[in-house]
Amino acid sequence: MNNNLKEQVLRMSGVNPLKCMRCGKCSATCPSYDEMEYHPHQIVYMVEKGEIEKLMASPSIYKCLSCFACVERCPRDVEPAKLVEAIRLAVIRQQGQNHLKAKDIPDLIEADPDLPQQALVTAFRKYTK
Amino acid sequence: MPEVNAYKPKIVAFCCNWCSYAGADLAGTNRLNYPADVKIIRVPCSCRVNPMFILRAFQRGADGVILCGCHPGDCHYTTGNYYARRRMTLLFSMLDYLGIEKERTRVEWVSAAEGAKFAATMNDFVSTVAALGENKRLEDLRCKE
Amino acid sequence: MQKIGVFVCWCGSNIAATVDVQAVSDTLAKEPGVVYATNYQYMCSESGQNLIKDAIKQYGLTGVVICSCSPRMHEATFRKAVASVGLNPYMLEVANIREQCSWIHKDKALATEKAITLGRAAIAKVQLNAPLQAGESPVVKRALVIGGGIAGIQTALDIAEAGFEVDIVEKQPTIGGKMAQIDKTFPTLDCAACILTPKMVECSQNDKVHIYSYSEVTSVKGFVGNFTVSIKKKARYVAENKCTGCGECTTKCPMKNVPNEFNLGLDNRRAIYIPFAQAVPKVATIDPNYCNMLKNGKCGLCAKVCTAGAIDYKQQDQVIEERYGAIVVATGYNPIKLDKFEEFDYSLSKDVVTSLELERLMNAAGPTGGTLLRPSDGTHPHTIVFVQCVGSRDTSGCGKPYCSKICCMYTAKHAMLIREKYPDTEVYVFYIDVRTPGKNFDEFYRRAVEQYGVHYIKGMVGKVAPRADGKIMVQASDLLANEQLHIEADMVVLAAAIEPDKSARPLATMLTASMDTNDFFTEAHPKLRPVESPTAGIFLSGVCQGPKDIPETVSQASAAAAKVIGLLVTAKLTTNPCVAHCNELMCNGCSSCERVCPYGAITYVEKEFRMPDRTTQLRRVASVNPAVCQGCGACTVACPSGAMDLNGFSNSQIMAEVDAICQK
Repeated sequence: MNNNLKEQVLRMSGVNPLKCMRCGKCSATCPSYDEMEYHPHQIVYMVEKGEIEKLMASPSIYKCLSCFACVERCPRDVEPAKLVEAIRLAVIRQQGQNHLKAKDIPDLIEADPDLPQQALVTAFRKYTK
Repeated sequence: MPEVNAYKPKIVAFCCNWCSYAGADLAGTNRLNYPADVKIIRVPCSCRVNPMFILRAFQRGADGVILCGCHPGDCHYTTGNYYARRRMTLLFSMLDYLGIEKERTRVEWVSAAEGAKFAATMNDFVSTVAALGENKRLEDLRCKE
Repeated sequence: MQKIGVFVCWCGSNIAATVDVQAVSDTLAKEPGVVYATNYQYMCSESGQNLIKDAIKQYGLTGVVICSCSPRMHEATFRKAVASVGLNPYMLEVANIREQCSWIHKDKALATEKAITLGRAAIAKVQLNAPLQAGESPVVKRALVIGGGIAGIQTALDIAEAGFEVDIVEKQPTIGGKMAQIDKTFPTLDCAACILTPKMVECSQNDKVHIYSYSEVTSVKGFVGNFTVSIKKKARYVAENKCTGCGECTTKCPMKNVPNEFNLGLDNRRAIYIPFAQAVPKVATIDPNYCNMLKNGKCGLCAKVCTAGAIDYKQQDQVIEERYGAIVVATGYNPIKLDKFEEFDYSLSKDVVTSLELERLMNAAGPTGGTLLRPSDGTHPHTIVFVQCVGSRDTSGCGKPYCSKICCMYTAKHAMLIREKYPDTEVYVFYIDVRTPGKNFDEFYRRAVEQYGVHYIKGMVGKVAPRADGKIMVQASDLLANEQLHIEADMVVLAAAIEPDKSARPLATMLTASMDTNDFFTEAHPKLRPVESPTAGIFLSGVCQGPKDIPETVSQASAAAAKVIGLLVTAKLTTNPCVAHCNELMCNGCSSCERVCPYGAITYVEKEFRMPDRTTQLRRVASVNPAVCQGCGACTVACPSGAMDLNGFSNSQIMAEVDAICQK
């Protein structure tokens, strides 16, 4: 299961996490760093280890603004943001499950007032399908 | 594998001693597979390859001929591969006129460090030639058994 | 008809595992001309070679075919073996059944069949081999060193010490190179100038060493032992033999705002200048891009103040031609340009500097007189951030894929020196990995951490942003603490990757020496021949071959010198006998071959020939100089009458190989 998910994420993103040399420049550039439970360099490493489910369950992936600063500055062309996007897609593609409904949103905002609006809007659009 | 049917093309590869032959050696050292149909002839430089050799190969029943040399600008003899490139351009257009498909001949630059490129080139060339089938156009019937 | 012996090598299991060696030797034994065929475990071993020698004696072999590894590997070994029992070494051919057969194929039947075909081709070729005699060529007892940095200086001094004349060509007005710009050297912290300048003086005083400063190599002809090199001495508008180096002109010149390249543009010099106080040769140079006199004929002040009368506004570039036996490349490196790294704001903020600029800022002879001051406002920095691997280990296309090797150590040195001189300064070093292999190197780095309290942080800087109040905001990650740091810094120092000098690529073309994709010169063998280029007679010294620090550069420089001396003491070189030759009876004197020869080895001579009707005829025919011909074979194809042929790779031999391969 783990491996299937990892395979799926790697295929969707086209990213090879083995290229990462663990310099942490992605996390150094990330504007949402403090919002995240798992930081960009950790996300790359966790994908490599196959811990996709952990990431799918973490709000971190919705804190990513897809600004692509990490992609732009990575010296090894690893493209962490593409991995994040692929993990989000992996969540959506889980069938028969509804993670977020419109009525959940007020609670979410209450729990975390700093939650970026854009992330909410994106998530809402994706989940109602 | 497409090689189920017994047809095996005969491929002659001319490789310059300094770059491509060393590149072929490197492909070997790295254990990179390419079809056994390729037989390499070592020449000092790609410019040593007389168009006559290529015609001779086709006459004797070769299905494809590939010439490999150093990258332009990297020739061990400074300018040899430029001469080779011009000569082959002329020869290939003549072969085309004779009805020998363009795909049966090729010039490729492979450096001594490009073992992977050598193997990939040979794989590609062999499958291209194999798809064309046997070369009958120039073959000298007297040379057949 | 030749009497040919075929020897099939197993190479342990390297060949024998995929090729049925017994079948190969049995099949090849039936080939026409083959009188003996056998196989053996290791042909290149002593007993394998004896097997060949005995067979030559016993069967009176006139030709030998060895089916083994690549001829690039052991052709020379086997040639020596057959020569020792009196067979001409060029009566031997090697069929490559390892690299080009057993190692790339898995199917035993196919590989065996291919090995047989390759053996057949070699037999067909040997049938047509003729004994060849190697010629001899003299060695010019003089060496050329291109580049006058520490690598070039060391090589030149070592060659001179052995008693040979050596010339240094340096494109800058002075020798010294990058080391002259460096303040202190790791791991001993002795001052670079104190150990370099005596060597520079030694160069100028040794009468075997000749320095062509402000000069460039413009063309290289010839071959090992006998190169002819054109050197362009650029006009410096000052007579080198008259100038005393008093420096009076450099203080009087009215053009004061010329960026000083020796200090990396951190301060200004005049249009007439001496790069630094200990320059060798200590001769002024006029910068034609800034000198008013040269640009519009108004000024002439330097000529007025020069008591030696050395100023010469009419000086022209001068081209000198000199012959050499060996050439050493010591072209060195430069830090890469950082304009592609916008996140570090190098081009926007003056207080973001490269490490080489920091060297000048800390050097007593530098623009600040050795006091570390911020270039923007001249104040003392209190927080300094060092960023490692800027452009090194970068495969994204902005930088270089390799490790620049020296940055970890010089950054430790900088951090240590700053903490020692200014203990109130906080120093942060952001690293990906700290790489300090080398004698006393890791101890040195640990000293920076333990004794000097430099903050080493595992992580990378992601963003550098200057603030209006002069502070620089540095955003970085601390991977071990798993947090993002925001540091208010006063200065940021970037350890820029190093790259080979831009002049190296055109030089490599002139020398026909090969380079890798990063423009580093390739060595003849990465382990066993590290200071020689694959092109005979060309040697490598210093960073032009790959990143290295000063101790390594000096050892490589001396190694290159040893190799050069080894070549120069040789009285005569044996030349490759596989050269072109002309069948004068067929030559029609058209000059086609002369035009394609890259070495100018072909000349035309008038020769008398007796005709069938007993008259004599004077004809113009090609003649090949075997010492100059390198055996590329371009002429053999250009010749319209088929008069030109190449020894060892003759038309008939290659045709025979083609026939053998296409047989059946």
